[in-house]
Amino acid sequence: MSGDGQGTVTRKPMTADILEKAREGGVAARRGFALYVLSTTAGLALFCATVLTIALIGLGIGVVLLPTAASAVRRLADFTRDLTGRWSGTPIARPYRPRPVPEPGFAGQWQQCQWALTDKAFWRDLLWMFTNPVVAGFTALLPAAFISEGLYGLMLAGGLWRPILNAGGTEWYTFLPVTDDRTALLAGALGVVYVAVGLQNGSRLLGMDICFTRLLLAPNAEAELALRVRHLTETRSDAVDTQADELRRIERDLHDGAQARLVAMGMSLGAIEHLLDRDPEKARVLLAEARESSATALRELRDLVRGIHPPVLADRGLGDAVRALALDLPMRIEVNIDLPDRLDAPVESAAYFAVSELLANASKHSGAQRVWIDIRHANDVLHVIVTDDGIGGASPANGTGLRGIERRIGTFDGVLALNSPQGGPTIVTLELPCASSSPRTSSS
Amino acid sequence: MRVVLAEDLVLLRDGLVRLLEAHDFEIVAAVADGPSLLTALVEQRPDVAVVDVRLPPSFTDEGLQAALRARREVPGLPVLVLSQYVEQLYARELLADGSGAVGYLLKDRVFDSAQFVDAVRRVAAGGTVMDPEVISRLLAGGAREEPVTRLSPRELEVLALMAEGRSNAAIAQRLVVTERAVAKHTANIFTKLDLVVSEDDNRRVLAVLAYLNR
Repeated sequence: MSGDGQGTVTRKPMTADILEKAREGGVAARRGFALYVLSTTAGLALFCATVLTIALIGLGIGVVLLPTAASAVRRLADFTRDLTGRWSGTPIARPYRPRPVPEPGFAGQWQQCQWALTDKAFWRDLLWMFTNPVVAGFTALLPAAFISEGLYGLMLAGGLWRPILNAGGTEWYTFLPVTDDRTALLAGALGVVYVAVGLQNGSRLLGMDICFTRLLLAPNAEAELALRVRHLTETRSDAVDTQADELRRIERDLHDGAQARLVAMGMSLGAIEHLLDRDPEKARVLLAEARESSATALRELRDLVRGIHPPVLADRGLGDAVRALALDLPMRIEVNIDLPDRLDAPVESAAYFAVSELLANASKHSGAQRVWIDIRHANDVLHVIVTDDGIGGASPANGTGLRGIERRIGTFDGVLALNSPQGGPTIVTLELPCASSSPRTSSS
Repeated sequence: MRVVLAEDLVLLRDGLVRLLEAHDFEIVAAVADGPSLLTALVEQRPDVAVVDVRLPPSFTDEGLQAALRARREVPGLPVLVLSQYVEQLYARELLADGSGAVGYLLKDRVFDSAQFVDAVRRVAAGGTVMDPEVISRLLAGGAREEPVTRLSPRELEVLALMAEGRSNAAIAQRLVVTERAVAKHTANIFTKLDLVVSEDDNRRVLAVLAYLNR
């Protein structure tokens, strides 16, 4: 009895396993068929049209048509990238160079043509469109072919052979002439084998075609470098812009704030000098004013410094700076820090201002009562997770805050992930690559 | 009264020396960096130390660190910390040992010499003096946690003034009530914060601590 029980226990997951594999095989067969159809219809047609357009460049018509054709090629390639990227779970990046701003007239047309023709990725797209119908025919299409052939065998076994024979034909199923019940049954058995083979190898065969697609449609080393250079150029110009804005803001704050107050103080002191003998009472009033104004100037300078580089951050590093920040806010904030050393100062600063912005968002927009901040440094990556119990629904689209954070940490190749369903909670995760600098010098 | 002074800016240091000497303090050491501050504090055992948070050689919170370390070696050593900015975090660290005799003020408060000298004296006498800005940022944070939420608004007001280091008489004058009324409020505060009867000064420190630890 107990043996039986064990048997069912082990058999059950096995059948579930087989069913799951068969389902996967079926999905792969369907996808492979779709990829094959896409390649042989839209792909080949677009290939022919584009080659024709290129051939017509000499006549001038091609120059007019090529930009459109090139866009269509890109769109189809992008669609394929998206599809196969999703199927295989690893997205395929776009390898193209950015499109130049179109100039008017024929010169613009020619410029767009040049842009299309000199981009190697465009030629690789065309190569894929030309070769993939063949490659897919021997890979991605096979599972679907096996399965449909197998199903046909089963239909023959189910009685389809009779009308065919009556109509005067002899149906050859693979190597079997189906002429009577016995051969029909054999055809059915062979059909089952075909279906099994198709289901069993579905994922593998589709995978092969996806591999081939990736080989041609994904950026090669050269394009990869070009993409990297483009990314660096963008983030650098962002960084320069941010810095320039920051300097302008500081200049303005100093000009309107502390500097103006010092001027006023100097004038008051001059007036006091005159008044000292004639009207000591008035002089005393002015003195009080001057002192007030110096206190205000100091307060403004303090706020300004806090905005540039918070003193606690300079003194103690990211961990204590975030703790100090948490103390100043009206929400209940739990701070969890696991940082062994001081980090690079620029990364510390970027992370600090990101957390500060996130906390401001939480208190202003989400109505959060509690916030959890988790900061870790592992494998040369700084992880920051800020969770709040607010109303959720945050998105980079409805405010400049999150975008600003993305830009700020983009300079360090940092990324931001946002998870904020309607109704909350909101979870923001930041990852910043950074090596920790030397251990802190001051003991605490 | 013997004072150790730590301030790295020469102008400010000289100014403080002059100010304190004018009010009959004896400056036993005026130092300009963290390590010599620690030595001076431990060797001189002054009646009160006036310390700038940011000191060389690291130009971080070296003054605060030296003061905290000296207080670990000499418990209850009176220290008044001065800074260009105030942080609740640092205020908590100063108060954490619960023995009082600490002050934490913005440097701006030096402008009002009478008030400043008064603060130095109160710290030397074992009192607790917190800058009004620490208090106002606490209030801006809003009431968050037990047991301070049990206090009435008036009691909170009294507690805030207590945290600034004011005596009952001074609080009474500020709130325009009788000293007896203030004494009643403080007694209520101690009860609500579960502070058992002991030496009054120490209870005041603990009340402030509860207030800051919200």
